[in-house]
Amino acid sequence: MSALLSVADVHISYGKVEAVRGVSLEVGTNEIVTIIGANGAGKTTLLNAIMGVLPLKGRTSFAGTDMAPSDIEDRVAMGLSLVPEHRELFGTMNVEDNLELGAFRIAKAVAARSLERVYALFPRLKERRKQLAGTLSGGEQQMLAMGRALMGAPKLLMLDEPSLGLAPIIVADIFRTVGELRAAGVSVLLVEQNAQAALQIADRAYVMELGEFVLEGSARDIAANKRVAASYLGFQHEGESAV
Amino acid sequence: MNTTILLFLLQDGITNGAVYALLGLALVLVFAVTRVILIPQGEFVTYGALSYAMLATGQVPGTVQLAVAMGIVAFGLDLFFARKALRARLVMRSAALNIVFPVALLVVTYKVAGPTTPMAVNIALALLIVAAIGLFLYRIAFQPIAHTSVLVLLIASVGCHLALQGLGLVFFGAEGLRGPALSNAALTVGPLRFTGQSLAVYGLTVAFIVGLWLFFGYTRMGKALRATAVNRLGARLVGIRTTLSGQIAFLLASVIGAISGILIVPITTLYYDTGFLIGLKGFIAAIIGGLVSYPLTAVAAILVGIVEAFSSFYASNFKEVIVFTLILPVLVLRSLAAPAVEEEKD
Amino acid sequence: MAQRLPLIIFALVMALIPLVPGIPPFWIVLLDNIGLAALVAMGLVLLTGVGGLTSFGQAAFCGFGAYTTAVLTTAYGVSPWVTLPASLLVSGIAAVLLGIVTVRLSGHYLPLGTIAWGIGLFYLFSKLEFLGRNDGISGIPPLSIGSFRMLSPDTIYYAIWIAVLLCALLTMNLLDSRTGRAIRALRRGHIAAEAFGVQTPRAKLLVFIYAAVLAGLSGWLYAHFQRAANPTPFGAQAGIEYLFIAVVGGAGYVWGAVLGAGIVVILKEVLQSYLPYIFGGQSQLETIVFGIMLVLLLQLAPSGVWPWLMSLLPFKPSRKTPNTSIKLEHPTRASGSSPVLLQIDKARKQFGGVTAVNDVSFDVNAREIVALIGPNGAGKSTTFNLITGVLTATSGKISVLGKEVENAPPQEVVKLGVSRTFQHVKLVPDMTVLENVAIGAHLRGSAGAVASMLRLDRAEEARLLAEAARQIARVGLSDQIDQLAGSLSLGQQRIVEIARALCVDPMLLLLDEPAAGLRHMEKQRLATLLRQLRDGGMSVLLVEHDMGFVMDLADRIVVLDFGTKIAEGTPAAIKRNPDVIKAYLGAAA
Repeated sequence: MSALLSVADVHISYGKVEAVRGVSLEVGTNEIVTIIGANGAGKTTLLNAIMGVLPLKGRTSFAGTDMAPSDIEDRVAMGLSLVPEHRELFGTMNVEDNLELGAFRIAKAVAARSLERVYALFPRLKERRKQLAGTLSGGEQQMLAMGRALMGAPKLLMLDEPSLGLAPIIVADIFRTVGELRAAGVSVLLVEQNAQAALQIADRAYVMELGEFVLEGSARDIAANKRVAASYLGFQHEGESAV
Repeated sequence: MNTTILLFLLQDGITNGAVYALLGLALVLVFAVTRVILIPQGEFVTYGALSYAMLATGQVPGTVQLAVAMGIVAFGLDLFFARKALRARLVMRSAALNIVFPVALLVVTYKVAGPTTPMAVNIALALLIVAAIGLFLYRIAFQPIAHTSVLVLLIASVGCHLALQGLGLVFFGAEGLRGPALSNAALTVGPLRFTGQSLAVYGLTVAFIVGLWLFFGYTRMGKALRATAVNRLGARLVGIRTTLSGQIAFLLASVIGAISGILIVPITTLYYDTGFLIGLKGFIAAIIGGLVSYPLTAVAAILVGIVEAFSSFYASNFKEVIVFTLILPVLVLRSLAAPAVEEEKD
Repeated sequence: MAQRLPLIIFALVMALIPLVPGIPPFWIVLLDNIGLAALVAMGLVLLTGVGGLTSFGQAAFCGFGAYTTAVLTTAYGVSPWVTLPASLLVSGIAAVLLGIVTVRLSGHYLPLGTIAWGIGLFYLFSKLEFLGRNDGISGIPPLSIGSFRMLSPDTIYYAIWIAVLLCALLTMNLLDSRTGRAIRALRRGHIAAEAFGVQTPRAKLLVFIYAAVLAGLSGWLYAHFQRAANPTPFGAQAGIEYLFIAVVGGAGYVWGAVLGAGIVVILKEVLQSYLPYIFGGQSQLETIVFGIMLVLLLQLAPSGVWPWLMSLLPFKPSRKTPNTSIKLEHPTRASGSSPVLLQIDKARKQFGGVTAVNDVSFDVNAREIVALIGPNGAGKSTTFNLITGVLTATSGKISVLGKEVENAPPQEVVKLGVSRTFQHVKLVPDMTVLENVAIGAHLRGSAGAVASMLRLDRAEEARLLAEAARQIARVGLSDQIDQLAGSLSLGQQRIVEIARALCVDPMLLLLDEPAAGLRHMEKQRLATLLRQLRDGGMSVLLVEHDMGFVMDLADRIVVLDFGTKIAEGTPAAIKRNPDVIKAYLGAAA
C-alpha cells in the first residue's frame, strides 16, 4: 500500500533564496510523523508548500493522486488540512461560526456530527461557542484552529507549531489530543520546535536543518540520537558533544 | 427657516441617501472580500437604469451583447488558466456559466423585447444583464491580479470604469434617458407627498439591508464571504475559494448597483456618465463607514444625502465641494481613533 | 561620471529632436505633453512608489500652479517668470495644509482622502468667480526671454524638458542621500525608521510637499503652454491618470515616470487618432480601448515597465565602494552618573484587560550581556518596545544612565545610545545592505533635503557610508554589501539589522532573537562578536530561544512568564531554578 502523503525531492525558493532543498518524506495511514528542527530550518515553509500556500518544485501526491495541479481548496477537498503557525482564525466571528466554516466543503448533516465530535474533543470550545474567536486565549485559539481543521473530516492533519507560545500545561493537553487523533483515523504531520513533546507522541520523525532533512527514523531512535539530544532536546544533555 | 422646505429637503436627502446607502453597502462588501475599490460601481448603476429605460421603450440595449462578449472572454480565460489540468466537468461548468447563460439572456431579450413587455420582465432582464456583466468583470479584470496590491487593483478598477463608461456612451448615446416609474401612486402625510417611487426606494433599501444582514449572519455562503474578508488565508484553508467569494461579491454589487439605477431613473434623468458621481457619493458613505461597517455606512449615506439636499438649496454652486470635503474631518477622526497599524506588506 | 552618461546622452537626444528637419510639429506637441505629465508622475514616484503614500489628488496641485500664474499674469499683469516662484509657493502651501491632514491618515484612508479633496478642489476651481468658473482663464501670456517669446510648441519644448531633466536629477540626488534613505524606509512601516531617529511624519510631509511642488511646476508650464487654464485637466480623472502613469512606468523609479508618461500619452494619442479610422466615427472608443489596455498592462506587468526593461539589460550598473578610511565622529551624549546603564523599575503594560508586562524590574549594567527568556507571549518583545519608546508603559519607570525616559518617542531613545534589532526583520528589501545599514547612522548626519538635491552633502554622505561599510565588515557581511537586503537569507538579514544598530554607535544594544535561523558556525561567530562588543564597553540585552546560545553567552538571565519576572540570575542558577524548569525549560530529563 502506498503512503497517504508522499513528497519527493521537493525544492522551495523565496526569490533567489532556496529555503527547502531536495526534501522527501512520507506519511502513512494512521501515522503520526513529526518534523523537528530549529527556527528557520524550513519546516513551516515545507508545510505551507505541501498545502499549496507556496509553490514548490518536486513531486507530491496524496492518497495516490498527484497534487501538482490542485490548489489549496482542492487539497482541502481531498482530505488534507493545515493548522498554520498563525492559526488564521476568523477573529471577528464566533467560535461556532469558525467551526461551521471548517466544514464548508462537506454536507450539512455530516457537519453536524463533526461538530459534536469536535466539542467532545475540546469541551472548552463548547463552553465558549458564542464568543468571538479573537477574544479567546492562546490555548483556546489553538484548540479552535485544530477543531476547525477537524470539522472538514481530513485524512491528514498538518500541525505547524501547535505549542508555540502556550503555557506548558496547555501544551500537554494539546499533545494528548493529537495522540488521540490516530485512534480516530486521522494521520498527523506535526512540525514542532518542542522536540521532546513531539517525539513522545510521534511514530516517526525527520530532523530538518537549513532546508534539508539530516536524519530520519522512528521517533524512539531519533530521541535516542546523541546529536539530536544535544541540539534539540535542550541543554540537559549538554555534557555531551554538540557535534 | 420654513418647516415645509426643511421637511422637503430632508425627504429629498433621505431618498438620495437611501440610494447612496445601497451603493455604499455594495462597495464595502466588495472591498472587504476582494480589496478592490469598486470605481465601476457607478457604471452598474447607469447600465441597470439605462438598460431598463431602453427595454421599456421596446429596444434591446447593447449591454446584453456586452454580456455575451465578456462571457466568451471569461470562458477563454477559464480554459487558459486550467490548461494544465483540463477536466470535462470544469469545462462544462465554465461553459454553462460563461456561454450558455449570457447567450440565453441574449436570445430571451431579443424574443421578449417590445413596447408592450411587462415592466417586471424588463426589470428582471436589466438586472440579469448587469449581474452577468458584474460577474464576468471580476473574472476578466480582477481574478488574474487578485494577489496584487490594493493600488494595482485600484488602477485596474479605474481602467474598468473608463472602458465601461465609454461603452455606456456607445450603448445609450449622449442623450439622457428616463424610465417609467414603478408605481404612480402617491401618499400625502401632512405637508409631505410621498410618491410610490420614493416609497419603493425606502422599502427596497431596508429590504436589502435586512437581506444582507440575514445572508451574512445565517447562511453558509454569507459566512464564507465574511470569513474571506476577515482572513483570506484562513478561508482558503477551510476550502472557501476566494475566487468564488470574489464573484459573489461582484454579483451582489452589480445587482445592487442595477437596482439603485432602476430606482432612480424614473426620478432623475440619467446620462451614460452620471453613474460615476452617484457611485462616488456612495463611496463617501462607505469611507465614512470605514469600509467595514454596514450600519455606519447606511447612516453615513443618509447623512451625505441630507447634506447634499441642503447644500444644493443654500449653496448650489458649492454642493459638490461641500459633500466631498465633508469626509476630511471624518477621515482624520478615524485615523486618530485607530492609530496606524504597522503594515508589513505593501 | 559614468553614472551620469546615460542621462547626458538622453539630454542630448532630447535637445536634438526638434532640430531634426521635417519632424512633424505634432510630435513636438506630444513630447511637450509627455514632459508635463512626467513632472507630475515624478512627484508621485517619490510620494507613492518610494514613500508609499498613494495620492489621487496630484492634478489639483497642477491646478494651483496653473491658476496662480493665470490670475497673476492676466489680472495683475505680472511677468510669467515672477509667477513661477509664486506658483510653486501656492502649490507648496496648499500641500502643507492638505498634507498636515492627509499624512496623518492611515492605511486605505489616505488614498481615499486624496480622492475626496481632489474632487472637492476640482469643483472649487470650476465654481469660483475669480478663476473664471467652468470656462477658466484665457489669454495667459507666453514665456519669453528678452524679445524671444515661446509661442510655439517647439520653443516651450526646451523649457519643459529642461525642467523634466533638472527635476529628475534633483529627485535622484534626493533619493541617494540621508534624507532619501529615510523616505525610502517609510514604505516598510514607520517603526524601524523611527528606531533610528527618523521623524516619519516630517519625512512624509516633505515628500508630499515635494510632489505637490513638482505638480505645481507642471501646472505653471501647462498654463503658459496652453495660454489658458480651465478646470478639466485638474479633475479626478486627471489625478487618476497621473497615478496610472506612475504605476505603468514602475512606481518606484524616477525614469519610470518619464517612460510611463511616454507610454500613456502616446497610447492615448494613437487611440484617439487611429481608432476612428478603423471603426468609423464612434466617439469615446479610445476611452474604452484605453481602459481595457490599462487592465491588460497591469495583468502583464504589475510592477511596471521600467523595472522590466532594466531586468533585460545585460549589465548591471556598478556601485562605488565607500572609502572606509574616512572617519565619522562619535556622537556626543550626556554622560550619566549611574553605573547602571538601563534600569527598569516595575514596568507595566496593559492592552485593554490584558497585562502584557506585569511590574517587571531588572537592570543592565555597563559591559554586561543580559538575556531575556520565556515562552512566546511572555512579554519579551513588549518589554523591548517599552524600553525603546515604541510603546509607553502603563506605569513604572525606565531609566537610561540614571535619567528617566518619560514617554520619550523612539527617536529620542535612540539619541540616548540605545539601539535595537527586530524580531520580524524590518529592512527595506529593495535597498542594498549598505543603504539599509546607513539608516542606522541617520542621527550622525544632518544634511537636509535641499542640500541633498544640490549635492552639498557629499562629504558627510561619504562619512556616513564609510561608517556603514565598517559596521558591515565588523559583522562579516562585506561580500554582500551591494546586494539587495531582500535577497539575503533571513539569518543574514538579522545580522544586517545588527550592523544597522551598531551604526548608532550605541551604549546598549537590544537584540530580538538574533540567532534565529543561523547555522551553528554563524551562531558561534555572532557570540564572539557580542563578546567583543561587551569587552569594548557596550552592553547587550537580548531575547533568544536558543538555550545553548544563551547559556553560553549571557552574564545574567531574566526569565519572564505571562508578563511576570519569575527568575533572575546567572545561567547556572537559572538552569537549576525549579520555577523556570516548570514554566519554560521543561521538567523532563
